Amino acid sequence: MKPNNALFAKELVMPALKQSFVKLNPKSMFRNPVMFTVELGTAIMLFVTAWSFRVKDATVGSFGYNLAIFIILLLTLLFANFAEAIAEARGKAQADSLRKTREETPAKKLMAAGGIFTDEIRTVPSSQLQKGDVFICEAGDTIPMDGEIIQGLATIDESAITGESAPVVREAGGDKSSVTGGTKVLSDKIKVKVTTEPGESFLDKMIALVEGASRQKTPNEIALTILLASFTLIFVIVCVTLKPFADYANTTISIAAFISLFVCLIPTTIGGLLSAIGIAGMDRALRANVITKSGKAVETAGDVDVLLLDKTGTITIGNRKATHFWPTAGVDDNSFTEACVLASLADETPEGKSIIELAGGINGHAYSTNGARFIEFTAETRSSGIDLPSGIRVRKGAFDAIRNLVTKAGNNFPKDTADRVRDIASNGGTPLVVSRNEQVLGVIELQDIIKPGIQERFERLRKMGVKTVMVTGDNPLTAKFIAGKAGVDDFIAEAKPEDKMNYIKKEQVSGKLVAMMGDGTNDAPALAQADVGVAMNSGTQAAKEAGNMVDLDNDPTKLIEIVEIGKQLLITRGTITTFSIANDVAKYFAIVPALFITSIPALQGLNVMHLKSPETAILAAVIFNALIIPILIPLALRGVAYKPIGASALLRRNLLLYGVGGVVAPFIGIKLLDLLLGVFM
Amino acid sequence: MNAEILGVVVTFLLSVALAVPLGRYIAKVFAGEKNSTDFMGPLERLIFRFCGIDPTKKMDWKSFLKALLTVNLVWLVYAFVMLLVQNRLPLNPDGNPGQTPDLAFNTAISFLVNCDLQHYSGETGVTYLTQLAVVTFLQFVSAATGIAALVGLLNAIREKTTNNIGNFWLFFIKSLTRILLPLCIIWAVFQVFNGTPASFAGKDTIVTLQGDTVNVSRGPAAGMIAIKHLGTNGGGWFGANSAHPLENPSYFTNMLQLIGQTLLPMAMIFAMGFYIRRKKLAWVIFGIMTIGMLCLLVPTVVSEVHGSPAIARLGVSQSTGAMEGKEVRFGPASTGYWSIITTIISTGSVNSMHDSSMPMSGLMQMLGMMINAFYGGCGVGILNYFIYIIIAVFISGLMVGRTPEFMGHKVEAREVKIAALVTLLSAFLIKAGAALAAYFVAHHPDMAWSVKPSGWLNNPGYHGFSEMLYEFTSSNANNGSGFEGLGDNNIFWNVSTGIVLILARFLPIIGPVAIAGILANKKYIPESAGTLKTDSLTFGAMTFAVILIINALSYFPALALGPLAEYFSM
Repeated sequence: MKPNNALFAKELVMPALKQSFVKLNPKSMFRNPVMFTVELGTAIMLFVTAWSFRVKDATVGSFGYNLAIFIILLLTLLFANFAEAIAEARGKAQADSLRKTREETPAKKLMAAGGIFTDEIRTVPSSQLQKGDVFICEAGDTIPMDGEIIQGLATIDESAITGESAPVVREAGGDKSSVTGGTKVLSDKIKVKVTTEPGESFLDKMIALVEGASRQKTPNEIALTILLASFTLIFVIVCVTLKPFADYANTTISIAAFISLFVCLIPTTIGGLLSAIGIAGMDRALRANVITKSGKAVETAGDVDVLLLDKTGTITIGNRKATHFWPTAGVDDNSFTEACVLASLADETPEGKSIIELAGGINGHAYSTNGARFIEFTAETRSSGIDLPSGIRVRKGAFDAIRNLVTKAGNNFPKDTADRVRDIASNGGTPLVVSRNEQVLGVIELQDIIKPGIQERFERLRKMGVKTVMVTGDNPLTAKFIAGKAGVDDFIAEAKPEDKMNYIKKEQVSGKLVAMMGDGTNDAPALAQADVGVAMNSGTQAAKEAGNMVDLDNDPTKLIEIVEIGKQLLITRGTITTFSIANDVAKYFAIVPALFITSIPALQGLNVMHLKSPETAILAAVIFNALIIPILIPLALRGVAYKPIGASALLRRNLLLYGVGGVVAPFIGIKLLDLLLGVFM
Repeated sequence: MNAEILGVVVTFLLSVALAVPLGRYIAKVFAGEKNSTDFMGPLERLIFRFCGIDPTKKMDWKSFLKALLTVNLVWLVYAFVMLLVQNRLPLNPDGNPGQTPDLAFNTAISFLVNCDLQHYSGETGVTYLTQLAVVTFLQFVSAATGIAALVGLLNAIREKTTNNIGNFWLFFIKSLTRILLPLCIIWAVFQVFNGTPASFAGKDTIVTLQGDTVNVSRGPAAGMIAIKHLGTNGGGWFGANSAHPLENPSYFTNMLQLIGQTLLPMAMIFAMGFYIRRKKLAWVIFGIMTIGMLCLLVPTVVSEVHGSPAIARLGVSQSTGAMEGKEVRFGPASTGYWSIITTIISTGSVNSMHDSSMPMSGLMQMLGMMINAFYGGCGVGILNYFIYIIIAVFISGLMVGRTPEFMGHKVEAREVKIAALVTLLSAFLIKAGAALAAYFVAHHPDMAWSVKPSGWLNNPGYHGFSEMLYEFTSSNANNGSGFEGLGDNNIFWNVSTGIVLILARFLPIIGPVAIAGILANKKYIPESAGTLKTDSLTFGAMTFAVILIINALSYFPALALGPLAEYFSM
């Protein structure tokens, strides 16, 4: 799936424009106290404009001037609504394109009679499937609904969801039993039980989250709304008390001027963009192919202190690999390599394959394996190998297993190889000793390969203040080595599923927020316990239910992106709030002298921008106030960039950029608008 | 001129030099550590046994505030009754009358809330008994209330997670016995030896150089003048306050009183640093407050020292600075410093008539009271600053991409709501009060009141507006100084400022203590690299910006019509 990155795609803009008018409905406006007061002001201006058409009075002002103010206020409202509408439209478009794949696919439903499933199959539209229904999918079918395989095994193409073209195997039982609607069965036949009610899948929940009506405000958004509402109230007080103050000073202030002053001062910029910022945050998560179950989860992600990561697949590439052959003194390289290949010919494990790979493949050597007997690995012998018809016995296995073998046959274990074995283990590697006819030939070094670039990502996390913890089944020595090499802060070695849970609880008791990623059913309790639990889409249904996010890409490093998205969301809110409030300084210097200059000429001293006339000054301020909203829409939708440079440095940077910038920008903007208006007025 | 500036600098530095060790001592007192005034222990135990108080009882923020408010209510009733009937009580050698109900209402509240807005003159409005048993008593307990409230707040921040913010009674009594009483004795002795009266004799008669015979009021004044400054109260024995030659006889007592009023507000900042073990935070807060003070002080001293251009245009030399309403023995620089210190700290005592200050100084004095958190009142200054910190924490927390937190506790909707309400309250009380007054002057100048609204103002125009604005600003800040041109002893001003006083005192105490109590109940979050450090200079600057912006936005139009219009007209 290709995310559409254009901010204002044409097919989104038109409906969003329409929505901007629909959203003028006071009922929906009421959710946003700042913009609701603007709407009240606009309504009053509409009345005043109509009135000024008939009555000529100094307190009312000219019709044209009132009309201009009314139109600008209306535009302010529409701009704010448009910001929300376009954010919603983008989020919905993203979710829709995911949902489209799964709508109205025919489902081969197994009919049940009296609670027992019969063999009767009826084809029904996917929308009619209920939770608990069972359907069948064969090669070439599109899976109609999210569900769990209860019987069979199949290869599945999940590219519609993840964009990953390589097919994956899903089978009943275990951690790989979950299938997602919209994906395609490539081979075999599976029986699937529906696990979600129609309209309650993760995608449905996600779509509800970005839609205005059912969108729940997050706690942080509520707190900010309270702060903004109180700023609005301060300006209600400022504007209402200005009337008796003006009376005392024998000054007449027109209604248009009062309302202009009020609308300019209240934080319309952040008020207009607030919900767009929240929606865009979830949208960014969706674009990263992460489905969030609540907006709160995204915010919480920004606060995460501890990150639990599985070693395999996250920090290291898959399984360990052979990296070095170390022949014993007196054994030449070629014959040792040959022995290694022979011992691994029948070894289907990734480690075995990597040994042959390191040797340069099978073809480089001439072997006659006719009549050879392959020795399987067993838990008792802890070694495997091959018996050639010529009587040669090659074995490879753990150090103590081979040592037993060798010493039992009366041979010595060479000291240089024993030293080498110890070196490898202490460097985080796994030694595999190879013997021929109970004579030690040398040792193969297996190493975990750390993903390229992972150290930088951990460094970035550390600068954000997030502690990384590696979870691995390795012994503490190996775990410590890999942890050090990858740059994680802590590790849990020889981890059992309950260890994760205990670690999370321990961190939470000390007040930290923990995020983890998991896929298996035995991860579910830990996912539920973690503050941010990201389940992989390939994981079991239980895991997906327990977490509060689902990653469609099954990418364990996704957590890092999620943390950044969460931080970005808060930063965007904070910076635009700061910018919005800082703007007021310039607006005061534009409007207050304009209000009083006719009766108190001395206040010309406050007209630091030297605006042309009271009318142009007020109009310029109101126009600037309206225009700044659409100008900032791209910033609100994309989010303010997060730089992990430490909290104080970040605060300094944003304070300079959006605080000082917020003070300076409107001085320039209002002056320019005043110059422009001066040409006409 | 340079000697005058030097005098200001020396006074300031002496205050800091005394405040740091005093802060350490105060922290020890409240932490219950061994200290030099432990000999007061038996007296305290006696008080507790007599009052039936268990000083070891733990209190959550609600019962803490309940205790604080209850005892304040008792004092209010007591003071009101005493002032009404003072003429029938002993110790009234000058035969002063009882107060009218509206004046008694205003006076009782005014001293209860540490404001000391005096709508009467000390020589004729009160008796020796009420001066001592009402006025001076309230000056002690109101200061102790402020300190106790702050210690409650500090306890909440000190612990990681706690329900218990300490025992109000214990903090309150210790504030009296360990801090206020000992310091006042020292200060009063200095006053007495420099000419302030301390006797129960009535008026004396002297013949002035001009040959007039004048009655001079006396009384046991020295003790009250000590607590008036140390407790940041400001209410003077004499009507002319610290401009009076017996209340403030010399440059030395002037310095003494300046140091006295800055001492505890500064010391409480350092005490906070020692008490919650965050010395850096204390120094950053002290630094920000000092920068704020300087921003107000420099324009004031400059404009006072340069004199009035309007008078200069009349051909009168202004080489000694603007001396209208000032005392020659203090000079313009020191007077300017006093006028800023007394307004940023909620003292409100005056050694000059603020009504005669230059417009720029008047602006700075009003700003100082509107902000009310640069050092601020005894204990309550930090409570006010705490509200600004909460708002700064919230906005800057967002800006660094973390749910805002302060001292390891998340700041959420409920705390923001309380902080926003307290901020709103100031803007509302000041502006609504001034608007109401302006409305009466503009629309009903001839209301049939004992003093008609048209007779309230000594000056027309912008300055008259400043007089009204100043009165409500001073009431809201619990400051108590006045632009004395205002005719304020009448029912409108007594009642309206009385209401403002009581709201503006207790809500800003309840708010911060409640926030701290709620925060302390929450889970403690240890610091990480992503946590915003509240003791950093950057955060200090952020708080400063929040203070400036909130106050500028709230008051700019009103200030434009008063002192700013006057300034630009000169």
